[in-house]
Amino acid sequence: MPVFTIARLELLIARRNMWVATAVIMMALFTVVLTLAGAAPTGTLGVDPLIVATTSVTTLSVYLIPLIGLLLSFDAIAGEAERGTLALNLVYPVSRGEILLGKFLAHLAVLGFAVAVGLGLMVGLTIWQSGATDMSLAPVLKLFVTSLALGAAFLGVGYLISALARQTGVASGIVIIVWLVCVVLYDLGLLGALVADGGGDFTKTVFPWLLVANPADAFRLINMPTEAVSLLASGVGPAGGVSGFAGQITSILLWPVIALFLAWQAFLRVEP
Amino acid sequence: MTVLKINAVGKTYGTLETVRDVNLSVNAGERVALLGHNGAGKTTLMRMILGLTPISAGMIRVLGNAPGSKASRSVIGYLPESVAFHAALTGREQLRHFARLKSVKPRAADDLLDRVGLSDAADRKIRTYSKGMRQRIGLAQALLGRPKLALLDEPTSGLDPISRHQFYDVVDELAQGGTAVLLSSHALTELEARTDRIAIMSKGRLVADSNLSDLRHAARLPISVNVTTHSKDADLVAAKLGGQRVNGRSVVLTCQQDDKVAMLGRIAGFGDLIKDIDVIPASLEVLYRHYSAAEQEGE
Repeated sequence: MPVFTIARLELLIARRNMWVATAVIMMALFTVVLTLAGAAPTGTLGVDPLIVATTSVTTLSVYLIPLIGLLLSFDAIAGEAERGTLALNLVYPVSRGEILLGKFLAHLAVLGFAVAVGLGLMVGLTIWQSGATDMSLAPVLKLFVTSLALGAAFLGVGYLISALARQTGVASGIVIIVWLVCVVLYDLGLLGALVADGGGDFTKTVFPWLLVANPADAFRLINMPTEAVSLLASGVGPAGGVSGFAGQITSILLWPVIALFLAWQAFLRVEP
Repeated sequence: MTVLKINAVGKTYGTLETVRDVNLSVNAGERVALLGHNGAGKTTLMRMILGLTPISAGMIRVLGNAPGSKASRSVIGYLPESVAFHAALTGREQLRHFARLKSVKPRAADDLLDRVGLSDAADRKIRTYSKGMRQRIGLAQALLGRPKLALLDEPTSGLDPISRHQFYDVVDELAQGGTAVLLSSHALTELEARTDRIAIMSKGRLVADSNLSDLRHAARLPISVNVTTHSKDADLVAAKLGGQRVNGRSVVLTCQQDDKVAMLGRIAGFGDLIKDIDVIPASLEVLYRHYSAAEQEGE
């Protein structure tokens, strides 16, 4: 299967280039710090300690996972075109779709491994700190699966940028801008619009859908367990209730498909 | 059996026409050299055969398959000009990867590493390789799975003379095994003895496509005959044959192919006065200049 042959090589390259190590260290470091820091208010709130930890890690993952996804993917097509390895790869009996899918599987595996290590540390530390043993692991599993979906969406966006930019220098600049817009500026813009609207029609009808249209926000809404905690973490959380869980899950599952499809279409137009 | 068939193929980028009405076919076991200046359209032609660049006009078939189709890609071995690999991989890893893509046993990759003389460096990262070593990996991957058509773009650039010789041995073996070989090169002298047919491109057009002796015949370039005499007789011989004296005891004569035998007869008539005769036909380099210049004058 050419897809797995490509994935196998990409995994090897990711290991050699220290991408696996970098992703794991980033996730592990931030998760440990947030789990330890997030444990402080547990006593006063009286919430399940694992839910507090999950919430803290969610707010972090919204920033970190898109970043790792984009960093893993921006070089995928532009880099090969620039180094001159793309032409030779395309001469082999393997389709561009298979090449893209192979790279995607490898990068998703790297991301999944990093997230798994981070969440494993989170659960381990929480149990060690609170001594509790009867915690529900469902929110952790949900966080893991949606992290993969969020990562997949941004991997796809990264490939799309890589195929359109065709130069790594340009691609790296664009992914940073895309990251800033998606995870920081988008929310700020929506908040600004909310304030200006002052509870009018926009707030009630358009806003919830705009919010959930961004996979990072959908991810945040899905993983914020209760209104109380989500209020604590983010002011815009409860407003998402209008679009409902179905809207959120559709957004986060649809984005990877759309992004990968567009990336594939852009890749088909690349002449090495 | 015709492996590669190129029929009235053209390529235009906007208003720029880089390849024009090229007809060329390569049979199984045939070694064809594709010559031309930089920018003559050789690489564009190869990229069209591979399906990397769309064709603007005409048709290309590889064993009856359209360029870029899986069927055609699985029978082609390609060595690009200035071949590149991922620097973080070792030669063996890279070659085994290509073997898997071609559905060839990874073991075949190891054998090919031996064949191109890289088995010692096989487990070193490609970033430590010299240009010649990268070129050898490039050649090895082009040989994977015994291709029916080998496209070699400037294959000997960056190779030392010994490696070049070994390279052509590999090409010969490949052709003997029934592979159609199309290779481009600037190193004309080495192609002379190592190819069956010469195709010359100039400004996007195919201006010659024949074997060396037919090309010579058609070009009607003079043959030069170098006659060595005893020093005292050089003037006499030069005067009688109408040649030019060089360095004391040699006389250089030129004649057309058709007059060659008659000319040799006249020289032989001098008997003992003559020590040696060398007949030097037009070299490929001269022929190449002739054909590409003729095209340019015709513009």
